[in-house]
Amino acid sequence: MRSHSAFTTPHSALSITFTLNGASISLDVDPAERLLDTLRYRLSLTGTKEGCGEGECGACTVYLDGLPVNSCLVPIYQVRGGTVVTVEALDPAALQPLLASGATQCGACTPGVAMTACWIRDHPELLATHTIRELLAGNLCRCTGYDGIVDGIGATLEDRA
Amino acid sequence: MVLLEGISASYTSTAGNATSREDRRAPGRFPGVYSAPVDRLEGLAKLTGRERYVDDLPLDGFLWGATVRSPAPRGRITAVRLDPGVDWSGFTVVDHRDLPGPNVIALIEPDQPVLAAGYVRHVHEPVLLLAHPDRHALRRAVAAVTVEVTSEPAALDFRVPPRPEEVQYGTDNVLKHLSITKGDVERALATAPIVVEGTYETGAQEHVYLEPQGMIAHLDGDVLVLRGSMQCPYYVLKALKHALARDEHQLRVVQAPTGGGFGGKEEYPSTIALHAALLTLKSGRPVKIVYDRGEDMAATTKRHPALVRHRTGVTADGRLLAQDIEVVMDGGAYVTLSPVVLSRGIIHAAGPYACDHVRIDGRAMFTNAVPFGAFRGFGAPQTHCANERHMDRIAARLGLDPAELRRRNLLRDGQSTATGQVIGDGTDRIALLERALTLAQYDARRVEHARFNAVSSATRRGMGMATFHHGAGFTGSGEVMLASRLHVAGLPDGRVEVRSANIEMGQGTLTVFTALAASRLGLAASDIVIAEADTARVPNSGPTVASRTAMVVGRLVELGCDALRARLGLDQKTTGDSVRSAIRRWHDSHPGEDLIGEATYERPPGISWDDATYRGDAYATFGWGAYVAEVEVDLRTYETRVTDFVAVQEVGHVLQERLARGQVQGGVAQAIGWALLEECRWRDGAMENAQLTNYIIPTSDDLPPIRVAFVENPYPFGAQGAKGLGELPMDGPAPAILNAVAAATGADPCAIPLTPERLMGMIEGRMQNAELQEGT
Amino acid sequence: MRLLLPESRADALDLLARTPEAVPVAGGTDVLVHWPTRIAEHDRTYLDLSPLSDLKGVHWHDGALVLGGLATYWDVIRDPRTLQELPLLVSAARQVGAVQIQARGTWAGNIINASPAADGVPALMAYDAVVVLESVRGRAEVPLADLYTGYKQMRRAADELVVAIRVPRRPYVLQRFVKVGSRRAQAIAKVGLAVTRSAAGWRVVAASVAPTIRRCPALEQLLTDGGVLRSPDDLLPAIAQDVSPIDDIRSTAAYRRLVMARVLFDVVRSA
Repeated sequence: MRSHSAFTTPHSALSITFTLNGASISLDVDPAERLLDTLRYRLSLTGTKEGCGEGECGACTVYLDGLPVNSCLVPIYQVRGGTVVTVEALDPAALQPLLASGATQCGACTPGVAMTACWIRDHPELLATHTIRELLAGNLCRCTGYDGIVDGIGATLEDRA
Repeated sequence: MVLLEGISASYTSTAGNATSREDRRAPGRFPGVYSAPVDRLEGLAKLTGRERYVDDLPLDGFLWGATVRSPAPRGRITAVRLDPGVDWSGFTVVDHRDLPGPNVIALIEPDQPVLAAGYVRHVHEPVLLLAHPDRHALRRAVAAVTVEVTSEPAALDFRVPPRPEEVQYGTDNVLKHLSITKGDVERALATAPIVVEGTYETGAQEHVYLEPQGMIAHLDGDVLVLRGSMQCPYYVLKALKHALARDEHQLRVVQAPTGGGFGGKEEYPSTIALHAALLTLKSGRPVKIVYDRGEDMAATTKRHPALVRHRTGVTADGRLLAQDIEVVMDGGAYVTLSPVVLSRGIIHAAGPYACDHVRIDGRAMFTNAVPFGAFRGFGAPQTHCANERHMDRIAARLGLDPAELRRRNLLRDGQSTATGQVIGDGTDRIALLERALTLAQYDARRVEHARFNAVSSATRRGMGMATFHHGAGFTGSGEVMLASRLHVAGLPDGRVEVRSANIEMGQGTLTVFTALAASRLGLAASDIVIAEADTARVPNSGPTVASRTAMVVGRLVELGCDALRARLGLDQKTTGDSVRSAIRRWHDSHPGEDLIGEATYERPPGISWDDATYRGDAYATFGWGAYVAEVEVDLRTYETRVTDFVAVQEVGHVLQERLARGQVQGGVAQAIGWALLEECRWRDGAMENAQLTNYIIPTSDDLPPIRVAFVENPYPFGAQGAKGLGELPMDGPAPAILNAVAAATGADPCAIPLTPERLMGMIEGRMQNAELQEGT
Repeated sequence: MRLLLPESRADALDLLARTPEAVPVAGGTDVLVHWPTRIAEHDRTYLDLSPLSDLKGVHWHDGALVLGGLATYWDVIRDPRTLQELPLLVSAARQVGAVQIQARGTWAGNIINASPAADGVPALMAYDAVVVLESVRGRAEVPLADLYTGYKQMRRAADELVVAIRVPRRPYVLQRFVKVGSRRAQAIAKVGLAVTRSAAGWRVVAASVAPTIRRCPALEQLLTDGGVLRSPDDLLPAIAQDVSPIDDIRSTAAYRRLVMARVLFDVVRSA
């Protein structure tokens, strides 16, 4: 795979090993990388997007040890020994209800939304204490007004039930 | 103009439900086959992260590009110092002297430089460009450049006349002055029984497309190729030709999948494309520029702030006699698109109402602010906000229900707009309002709210409405001047390729064009290909703006399909397999040749507009809207929550219901943000709160389900009867919310954003409101 | 950038003693904001706390709930006992950012970051939380209410780590947390209030209205005195003694003052 070459000058390399999308991976990284940078520029996993760099928009959402996090705020050195899942690992069939409900328009927020949506679907017990809208509030969308997304998540929960 | 009888179909959606459709369309009343619903073509690619935007594209051996910007709002650049502690030999450095052609970003006026040449007119104005393979080293280098400016007095308040030392455009800093006159406003005001005045302000708005601006430049032989996030490849091409003094055959502009635009990627991409191009030409390497969010928010265009004054003469029973309107907009430091924003703003300023005497005077002002530019609605949201709030204040003054005031004045067929355009499309605009009020349960809820408010100590509830219109397509002779062209090609394998310059940015272009072509030719969606918007391959079908893509360009798709059939010698009733096999047979007997059906724009009959007097048919057609907002205001914190929102509109025929519904919901959400949450805080004409932490857009938890209904009235000259849709939803929510807050609290808000701090000031009596005066 | 990777708590404390300029990194949600553009920060030394598993989680003891030095907001949100006994911690945690931040942000990080608008700190302070600091010299316990000495200044030596936060368990007759932000989620507080009442007395803690998060002694005294409060205005004199709100990029002093009075009046009246 071609790299995006954001880190071409010799920064002191750090060797790390972690689980990525179900497989163990070892690589040398620049300790100043954010998990987002490692994914996008070192591993060419460009499904995860950068929307703000400040943990507000959620476009960079991945799972770290089972929880959705903003990968723009995760230092790569804290991923050692951890488990990371990115949008590339989501089952496309599971995303069909989101397609049908109009959850995506321009698509820039969409991978992050898909990650949060699938996490909610996999943790329906959270709806005893939280609404879908509260759980989704860390994913900003400028195109849909959120109805298409909320409807789609509702549909995936019904499918699961 | 063909009159269509009655309402043909309507769609209503409620959150979580499928759309219900009442089809009262008489068979054969409207020619053509309506498209079946199609899943968003690129939807799964977007959901799985496989859709690749500029920063996702693989690129070998490239340099990152970055911009050094002015720290001051105005003045002479006395020095540009590169810190000697940095080894600059690894960097490509570009300044204005590197321009092969004129140092001008071609748009309306040749006033905006590609790179400042000795003088700056706004904070963040681009001065120097740098490129380097290491993005972090590049960031350090940008910080190691000092631009020294000898400051001069900056004009920073568009609402007041400039002091002599602040004049930098013409004699009075007026970038553009336009006016509309109908009848005799002065006399009508003088004789009106009641005159109501009001002053309204709308703030700037930042687009916050989730994908920041980005562009890649590289040389392919001697062809300079630009690929990036954009709405208008041909605008970029024109700008490159001009400033790089390069022949069209040495240039190629390709739109990459674009993560949101809203107008923010209409004209700005020309700037970033020129920057990437200059760095590529100087370094000989591909260059990628992607803005950080903070840079994007602070340095690129935003919605024009506006100040609108109304003086309205009315009868005691609520008929509009005279509308005297003054519109002032902040254009910022360069002309960009301000004349056109002002134009659309003033054309819509008097609202969808019948009034014989109208005067609208509009000025776009030069200031040393970062230039303002295109943003969904393009001037109309600003003037509709003012007019619709003003209507409610008139109603209050007369003791009339706001709905009743609107019923008495909404345009009926045969009446004319402020520019003298006679409306005759057969839409019942009063029924549209009634539909919205019914869906919102307006009468019943108002009674409930009154009861609630009487006993509640902590919160107040209220409802407000807005009725409005939005001209579809370019103003006046704009579409004629664009002279859009589109190709529908038959491919050797029998599939059909649509070649247009109109792009997908989430509003559904790919899906709509596919569905239109498929239904026109009787083919399956999988038989249709939409070509990449690449100026080397597609003709100029015009920009993706002005709510024109489905209506105007979609119509060209249909005509292009017909032209393809004609080219094949087929009769226009031939569809399906016969078309496919005819295409394949043609290619068998014309190997290596191009099979193209061409369509060119033709203005619908009966439209005439006078650009000199600003009179006549401003638009080929209007979309119509009636929106109702319900709010709850917390009197402890002055926070306003929108608890319900009903959006009813007529936009001709709805081509793809799910896409259309999504466009309305998104536009409403964006306008709710503009009304209540989104505030640009300024320092020296630049955005101080340029972070998503401090520029607040709505999250999912800040919005109610947005309930959408369409009433149909097919427009004969739009694709399958469609009218423009994308911008109309921006026009209604802000005034509907202001009116709802007024109903809930008794306050008189006349400015947005209506932040809690502002509302507190009003209710606590510390701010001046607009005055209501009695006429003599 | 220099990176220190301790393998144990002792290791971390030792490294920190020898490199007191190192920035300890817990969840990273403060340190990494706008990371690519904050180039000066790339030249600093960072100490990664994340592998120190004995600092993780929330632990119930007879007298106290102990939040580990790496306990996150999400740890508290998902702990059913916290909701029962110390609900302000759950309220505060749920209003921090959104799920993605709650999953990573730590209570200790929130304390050490010392933002005047912090969300976790007011709730902890209203519960009389005690910060447990540790260095190579041993442990020190500082009541959170005494920790801050000024804007971003605190009673913590450069080589001390927050290893735990101890929250005493006691019955409360009133506990309320109110955060007034610019929107429902992902908002920085314009005004924050945590109010508790127990046998230990009233605790009124305010956020975003002073250079630090602080208890409000004049308000606490007013409430203890038990006089009748007829309107929010009755609180204004004590508010003026206790806090000093300013105009800033998010809100105004006038708004903060008025809203604090209104919200507090509402809380107290509901008791």
